[in-house]
Amino acid sequence: MSSSEIERQWTTRLRHRVEGKLPPEKMLPDTQPNYVSSWIYVFGVATMSALFVVIATGCILALRGPQWWHGSAYGHFINSLHLWSVEIFFFSMVVHLWGKFAMAAWRGGRALTWMTGVITFLASVATAFTGYVSQSNFDSQWISTQAKDGINATGAGAYFNVLNLGQMLMWHIVLLPLAAVVLTALHIVLVRIKGVVPPFEENPVVENAEVTQ
Amino acid sequence: MAFILSFAALIPLDSLGHYIHWGWVEISVANFIIIVLMIATFIAAIAAPFPGRRRRKENR
Repeated sequence: MSSSEIERQWTTRLRHRVEGKLPPEKMLPDTQPNYVSSWIYVFGVATMSALFVVIATGCILALRGPQWWHGSAYGHFINSLHLWSVEIFFFSMVVHLWGKFAMAAWRGGRALTWMTGVITFLASVATAFTGYVSQSNFDSQWISTQAKDGINATGAGAYFNVLNLGQMLMWHIVLLPLAAVVLTALHIVLVRIKGVVPPFEENPVVENAEVTQ
Repeated sequence: MAFILSFAALIPLDSLGHYIHWGWVEISVANFIIIVLMIATFIAAIAAPFPGRRRRKENR
């Protein structure tokens, strides 16, 4: 195979592109800019850590099943860990969202980073909702019967039936977590490529401003 | 264990939830407390000094 043929291969082109956009020192940096030393920058990582606990406890719940998480002390404990890590996940994500909104984090070509964050938030809300209707208790029955009219009013009820426990459970443990994890990974990669958004300038230069003397 | 049970007794989970009604706004007390805590955390995150920041400034 000639060198020009190798250069044309999609694997070669993809590798060159990844190397250019995200070299190892950018993917796993040693330092961050000085402005990152603020508590407001902690909540993105807190969200990610909570997501890790959500998935780990969700995997244990999947291994043991509803009789175990409703009927044993250890099952109750893991079930509660799953719930409370979700609470911390959303709490941290909302504070992260407010912080990024206040600093207009879409500046400097970071629109895709912002949008992946928005879609991850929406996917997470859907994941949490399907989790509430998959508890297999009276609470989940109440939530699903209350939600069905709202979902049916959108026209999505034929494809997304909140009274169908099997369908909701599959959305909750396969499709939506997959979407949330892939989107989170993409969001983090974009943060690494573009870097953390810098603060606003204290004395910004106003373009086309008239100077009077 | 007794401490945990006495702490848990502060929040009666078996009774009906409490709601705040304010005009057309209706929100459960639990959700209201969470929102207040998020706002407080957001303000604290901006205002509270970050450990090591002063030392880094001095080194510059």
